[in-house]
Amino acid sequence: MVITDETIEYVGILAKLELSDEAREQAKKDMSNMLDYVSKLNELDTDNVPAMSHAFPVKNVFREDAVTNGDDREQLLSNAPEQKDGCYKVPKTFD
Amino acid sequence: MSKTYETVIGLEVHVELATKTKIFCGCSTEFGGAPNTHTCPVCTGMPGSLPVLNKAVVEKAIAVGLATNCNITRNCKFDRKNYFYPDNPQNYQISQLYYPICRDGKVEIEVEGKKKFVRIHEIHMEEDAGKLVHDPFTDSSLVDFNRSGVPLIEIVSEPDMRSAEEVIAYLEKLRLIIQYLGASDCKLNEGSMRADVNLSVRELGSEKFGTRTETKNLNSFKAIARAIENERERQIDLIESGEKVIQETRRWDDTKEYSYPMRSKEDAQDYRYFPDPDLVPIIISDEWMESIRAAQPELRDEKRIRYREEYDIPEYDIDIITGSKKMADIFEETISLGASPKKVSNWLMVETMRLMKEHELDADELKFSAKNLAALIDLVEAKTINGTVAKEVFEKIFTDDIDPEKYVEENGLKTVNDSGALTKTIEEIVAANPKSVEDYKSGKEKAIGFLVGQTMKAMQGKADPGEVNRILKEILSK
Amino acid sequence: MEISKLTAVELGKKIKSGELKVTDVTKAYLDRIEKLEKDIKAFVTVDAENAMEQAKEIQGKIDSGELSSPLAGVPVAIKDNMCTEGMLTSCSSKILSNFIPTYTADAVLALKSAGTVIIGKTNMDEFAMGSTSETSYYGATKNPWDLSKVPGGSSGGSAAAVAAELAPYALGSDTGGSIRQPAAFCGVTGIKPTYGRVSRYGLIAYGSSLDQIGPIAKDVTDCAAILEIICRHDPKDSTSYNENMDYIGDGITDKGSDFMSALVDDVKGMKIGIPRDYFGEGIDEDVKKNVLAAADILREKGAVIEEFDLGMVEYAIPAYYIIASAEASSNLERFDGVKYGYRTAEYNDLHNMYKKSRSEGFGPEVQRRIMLGSFVLSSGYYDAYYVKALKTKALIKKAFDDAFAKYDVILGPVAPTTAPKIGESLSDPLKMYLGDIYTVSVNLAGIPGISLPCGFDKNGMPVGLQLLGQTFDEKSVIRAAYSFECSRKYERPALLAERGL
Repeated sequence: MVITDETIEYVGILAKLELSDEAREQAKKDMSNMLDYVSKLNELDTDNVPAMSHAFPVKNVFREDAVTNGDDREQLLSNAPEQKDGCYKVPKTFD
Repeated sequence: MSKTYETVIGLEVHVELATKTKIFCGCSTEFGGAPNTHTCPVCTGMPGSLPVLNKAVVEKAIAVGLATNCNITRNCKFDRKNYFYPDNPQNYQISQLYYPICRDGKVEIEVEGKKKFVRIHEIHMEEDAGKLVHDPFTDSSLVDFNRSGVPLIEIVSEPDMRSAEEVIAYLEKLRLIIQYLGASDCKLNEGSMRADVNLSVRELGSEKFGTRTETKNLNSFKAIARAIENERERQIDLIESGEKVIQETRRWDDTKEYSYPMRSKEDAQDYRYFPDPDLVPIIISDEWMESIRAAQPELRDEKRIRYREEYDIPEYDIDIITGSKKMADIFEETISLGASPKKVSNWLMVETMRLMKEHELDADELKFSAKNLAALIDLVEAKTINGTVAKEVFEKIFTDDIDPEKYVEENGLKTVNDSGALTKTIEEIVAANPKSVEDYKSGKEKAIGFLVGQTMKAMQGKADPGEVNRILKEILSK
Repeated sequence: MEISKLTAVELGKKIKSGELKVTDVTKAYLDRIEKLEKDIKAFVTVDAENAMEQAKEIQGKIDSGELSSPLAGVPVAIKDNMCTEGMLTSCSSKILSNFIPTYTADAVLALKSAGTVIIGKTNMDEFAMGSTSETSYYGATKNPWDLSKVPGGSSGGSAAAVAAELAPYALGSDTGGSIRQPAAFCGVTGIKPTYGRVSRYGLIAYGSSLDQIGPIAKDVTDCAAILEIICRHDPKDSTSYNENMDYIGDGITDKGSDFMSALVDDVKGMKIGIPRDYFGEGIDEDVKKNVLAAADILREKGAVIEEFDLGMVEYAIPAYYIIASAEASSNLERFDGVKYGYRTAEYNDLHNMYKKSRSEGFGPEVQRRIMLGSFVLSSGYYDAYYVKALKTKALIKKAFDDAFAKYDVILGPVAPTTAPKIGESLSDPLKMYLGDIYTVSVNLAGIPGISLPCGFDKNGMPVGLQLLGQTFDEKSVIRAAYSFECSRKYERPALLAERGL
């Protein structure tokens, strides 16, 4: 499968990655090779096979509705690159 | 001649579920609180943290689904919706796309006497995002994750509505069902109920839908009505001038009364949904579903039927009282304390409604207790206080939920039942107003009203007007 | 007595008996790290001061009888993708190069409450994406058997630390072979337990449906002892195994987590299958020879061994890379320069900040997988790639189920070759991925597997033997591995003797 500049650009927007020109060419090649390789799966007839997310049938795992957490604000914020007034600070964001 | 257009509207309604904790962690959902004080590694997207589903969320979602005639998905799953935004700590929202918990429901609405069904496409569970506040001092945005992970259900309707009135009727219907279930308080102004409007227009009679837009940020029924009218006109103008409606998400600004497109070029709107591997499927058994159904409280429509059968009160009163879960609760509880339904209804319909208007309150915001209303009704019945005093006492009950017996006692508001003192006052009034006495005796029945009024005034209102009337007539007939 | 030559369980016994002090043992390892670490580069963080403090405290608790686990007082090295409160947890990535967690991974907590001394955090492929430990932001780890070769990956730091005796044992994580393959390349033993046996809470996710924490140690006994401690139900992980779950019995049997009871030198009557399709094109002759020789030993001990066709082998890598990359693309979205980790110095708006922080913060291999994963999940490709891969996963699981209907254990190689030279693999990613052919299907099926040394190639590099078991049947695997291990003696890298260590 040929990966175009547009595709790489689009994936870059989705993944929030910005590639240099050199990296972009490499990424096109790598992704193309990888997609060709994984297309091997098309040899398999999977029409009547269910998609399997979990390897065994785990189900119904719940918490009870009880407050267990206290206030960890200072600790959690300690890793923030920038903070202000108890909040994580980010570049101006329009809604 | 200009063409006639039809508006086609579908709604996406987000409702915050009334659970104690967030959907995937044990943080409190309590409103308010200093920024980020209700957060933990899970709801701030810390590396290595994992979600664990709050059972109460599933049960409330099923309850809403059953009450809106949905099919419950017996094997449902959570998916990740991937998009970057700072209020979304993982940069994916845990939601449901492939197997939402409820599908194919419907609710009946009534507009101007005409009934119709609005179909519900699906209801899914998801987590709320945090809050972004603009900081003018640094011209940056500040993120507060207190709301991040608060449980939501999103109720997606089919495009079955044709007017703002139908939209409001549908929202009212949903709000009442959900409030009656106790699944949410559904306050539009506080954001615990939010509606996004999907709207398109088409020529009347056309089978094909036009291109739709989605309008967000609608914080009141009034805003919804305004936004619908505005968007309808905007789309018609575009079509009439030969332009195309673009499928997009728009944000409504209610103060400026216009909407604008929300997305930038950095948003591809390709959410790459896939099943969340950190969560396991929810298998809903017959037993589980039936136990939720069995625990379902009486909903509004059932209540209306019962009121009609059990209480001798006007249909209009039934509508108003059942129009709020809170008011219906007060009504029933006051009756259960021995008050007559008619009297309770009267207090709610007249004085309560008047004071709500005066204080600009919704019925959901009523704070007084049935116990105090029942006691007040008792005091009136026993003629301990008269109607005028009762209204005055009720104002205090309405605002501060005071104990009426105590209040009447402390403020000396009891009706004077000592007929000796009353007779004496009346004799004085009769003596002081010979003109009125003459008028009355000459056949002007109305004149007695003046004398009653004067007596009440002299008694500082603490007399039973019936009794005053009786004694007056007795004296005057002498 | 040389402390470093002892196994973890042996050390635990001597500490318990009072023959050794926790502080002396900890000091001995810190001294060795001092001498060897510059050549091996097994660690991202070594906190000597903190380790010595822990050692003193733990010695006190052992003396007072408060701690009695077989590993009380024994130092451990933790792979740097497991959160440790107050200690850098970097995933060997620039993007987390300043991240100090405020919580500890459940597996590490389990070890802490058993009284082990955390000596440091080990190097790895960035975000566990790689098979060589070369993609680390902190530089490549070296193989103690030959410093010009890779230790394998992604838990290369953990395996190299154990092989070089910089720690008596370590924790690793295994998403597609990341415990088993480095264990094989470094001549040590590692177990990937059944998915769900060990909590993933606090393990920084790569492929959530595949990730599993496990031990790397010198022998099977150590691995069983460690696994007994870290294997426990954790209500913070929805996929954590809970013995009360009703899927047990639904065709699935829990053979128990009393792993040390399976340390029995007896395989009489045990049915072991060897997949013919594991010995096809691409396998190194020396690897094949050593693995088949191991099978012969088990046969001599009474196991019933036969060859069979497992099937689906060539589809495992494509399915794995689609699923792991897709999950990774989503799991790694949270690294955005907002809440923690690296933020680029200059940016003009929010999206520019995201893009620059991530492009500068992630290395090339991580970016490659994020891009692949984003693509296969994107509109129009989801069914063709992601759903197809999940269906393939179901077929792979079925192939194993069919095999385990006939065999107790499946025996094969860990990797087609021994450790390659540093720098040889990264130039051709696809070729590197092909080296995972025998390991990734195990993660897709969620089953347990062990990797243990079974010989050497002509260059003296260790060869690994892989034994696989059915879901929740680690004990058959441990029993077969232990029986094989009893037939040979543990060998240390020559480097250690050369250095007088």
